[in-house]
Amino acid sequence: MENGTNDRDGQTVASVRTAEVVVAAIIFACAALFVYSSYKLGFRWSSDGPESGFFPFYVSLIICCSSAVVIFQALTSKSPKVDESFAERGQVKRVMSVLIPALVYVLGIQLIGIYVSSAIYITLFMHYIGKYSWVKSVALGVTINVVFFFMFEVWFQVPLYKGIWDLTGFTGY
Amino acid sequence: MQDLGLLFHGFAVVLTPFNVGLMLLGIVLGVVIGVLPGLGAANGIAILLPLTFTMTPTSGIIMLSCIYWGALFGGAIASILFNIPGEPWSVATTFDGYPLAQKGRAGEALTASFTSSFIGAFVAVVMITFLAPIIARFALRFGPPEFFSVYLLTFCSFVGMGKGSPAKILISMMIGFALSTVGIDVVTGQLRMTFGFQVLMKGFDFLIAVIGLFGIGEILLSMEEGLSFKGTVAKINLKVVLETWRSLPKYWLTFIRSTIIGCWMGITPGGATPASFMSYGVAKKFSKEGDKFGTGIIEGVVAPETAAHAAGTSALLPMITLGIPGSPTAAVLLGGLLIWGLQPGPLLFQEKPDFVWGLIASMYLGNVAGLIVVLSLVPLFASILRIPFSIIAPVIVVICAIGAFTVNNAVQDIWFMMAFGVAGYALKKLDYPLAPLVLALVLGNAAENSFRQAMLMSQGSLSVMWSNGLVGSITTLSVLLLFWPLISKGIRILVPAKRNTLAEQRPIE
Repeated sequence: MENGTNDRDGQTVASVRTAEVVVAAIIFACAALFVYSSYKLGFRWSSDGPESGFFPFYVSLIICCSSAVVIFQALTSKSPKVDESFAERGQVKRVMSVLIPALVYVLGIQLIGIYVSSAIYITLFMHYIGKYSWVKSVALGVTINVVFFFMFEVWFQVPLYKGIWDLTGFTGY
Repeated sequence: MQDLGLLFHGFAVVLTPFNVGLMLLGIVLGVVIGVLPGLGAANGIAILLPLTFTMTPTSGIIMLSCIYWGALFGGAIASILFNIPGEPWSVATTFDGYPLAQKGRAGEALTASFTSSFIGAFVAVVMITFLAPIIARFALRFGPPEFFSVYLLTFCSFVGMGKGSPAKILISMMIGFALSTVGIDVVTGQLRMTFGFQVLMKGFDFLIAVIGLFGIGEILLSMEEGLSFKGTVAKINLKVVLETWRSLPKYWLTFIRSTIIGCWMGITPGGATPASFMSYGVAKKFSKEGDKFGTGIIEGVVAPETAAHAAGTSALLPMITLGIPGSPTAAVLLGGLLIWGLQPGPLLFQEKPDFVWGLIASMYLGNVAGLIVVLSLVPLFASILRIPFSIIAPVIVVICAIGAFTVNNAVQDIWFMMAFGVAGYALKKLDYPLAPLVLALVLGNAAENSFRQAMLMSQGSLSVMWSNGLVGSITTLSVLLLFWPLISKGIRILVPAKRNTLAEQRPIE
């Protein structure tokens, strides 16, 4: 594992401390939402046991308290580990290079279905990130999905999503 | 004994061509899953679960559990040859396995690891054969308060005995519970936490969470360092196998210790991963060659592998008898049972003996077959890792997406999977343990319902949790475990202890 060809790749994007606080804050916010929602549902102890909101109310309350503790610990911690890097530029770049295409891929699934979307996704991934030639990328992308098509549609009889614009409709499946 | 007769009946169920074929398919898939980092057993089983809807539950559980055994065997391959653990429970195997491979003794290491796995599993299955009916009969006396107390014990032991910040373990577990409450409340019929979004009406399926957290999250984590696999070549031939087998009996004490640790960690919520670490640590402390651990000695491979496989197997014991999974992967299998409409617990033994004893019989056969498959096909499996990451990564994402879709035939589940993936990446990086989250998500509804039923029985009084000796002792134990970190700190202040050279903690992931 070389330490990046770019010196900027090793730059810290965020320290562990920052990441801890941000994540815990997000958790706190979501839990607070749950607390509110279960408050409206009724969280008291009725005559024959807890009301519907009882369980989620206290569960979310515990989350709020615990995440407050985590935020407090992160802000006041003197351990050197906390100021280390949570993620460096190079790492973030690499993770994004998988995450963003994956998100576009899922959007593609919604529009043109699983098979076509997967073929395009694998092809583009292989070509741009794996630096394979177009021929190899297209060949592998298409082959894998033809195999999947036969596996799922024909053999397992499990229909997969064809998308809003059904592109494989011509096959009759 | 009546139970042995039932076991033979189970063998009869398993030894049909279809089931044997599924067994072998499961093992091969399991080894592949175990070898590939980024595709874990919990994840793989979750993805393949919907495909079992076309078969009987018995055939389904045979295939899925064999995937588990395959992964328990296969994780070691990547650990030893590539120093990359294919599964979390194979991390400890890298400590001595990879150095052995570097010294040219990969064949010995692999043989030792597979054989140890097999021994651990075999002992665990024998234990299950005899203990399961006893526990099941015992559990027949369980009512809602007893069940809730056992759930409580499970969760409290995660918090009390887990490694790392108790706050984070709590958060992780509570997130799982909170997510499990989304959707329609079974008792009152009200919609909870849906905020008007229709897609949330069915709630979060734990399978989606597992695929996202452990699948996508793992891939994102792996991408950080831009993996490239370069490993040592393994030569396994009969001579190496026999020689290694001849050298193994001298480690009999290690085997016994590791098996006990493994079975204990499997029965209590923990699982294969903490079992492997604990076993390695204990073996290092007690072995005559303790200081050679880490440089590449066979005992360093025997200890974690025996424990891990014993734990993985025995994790099924509380799962089928009490409905409490002993490991994250067992939690997914439990979810499968629930989806198939089977209620794990004492009634399962009475009403579906085919299923239960078929499963137990397949554990014997599956592990034997697994050992043979894995010893003979190691070079094949190892070559999978030479497929470049830029091909494997998108294929794994595609498989995850397909898996997420087939659960409920819903495209929005794929989006949820991605959300869980990003969350899993962040949570893992910050040392939030994911196992409590998955466990709480799977058991959340059952735990809440048994609590409410217990309350209905007692007219709202909490004292029902101490109403008889059994439930009272379990509840008290749970509370003790929950506050154990505080209690042990208090003890240490009052009674200063000698410093340990080997810090022993029970890590629970």
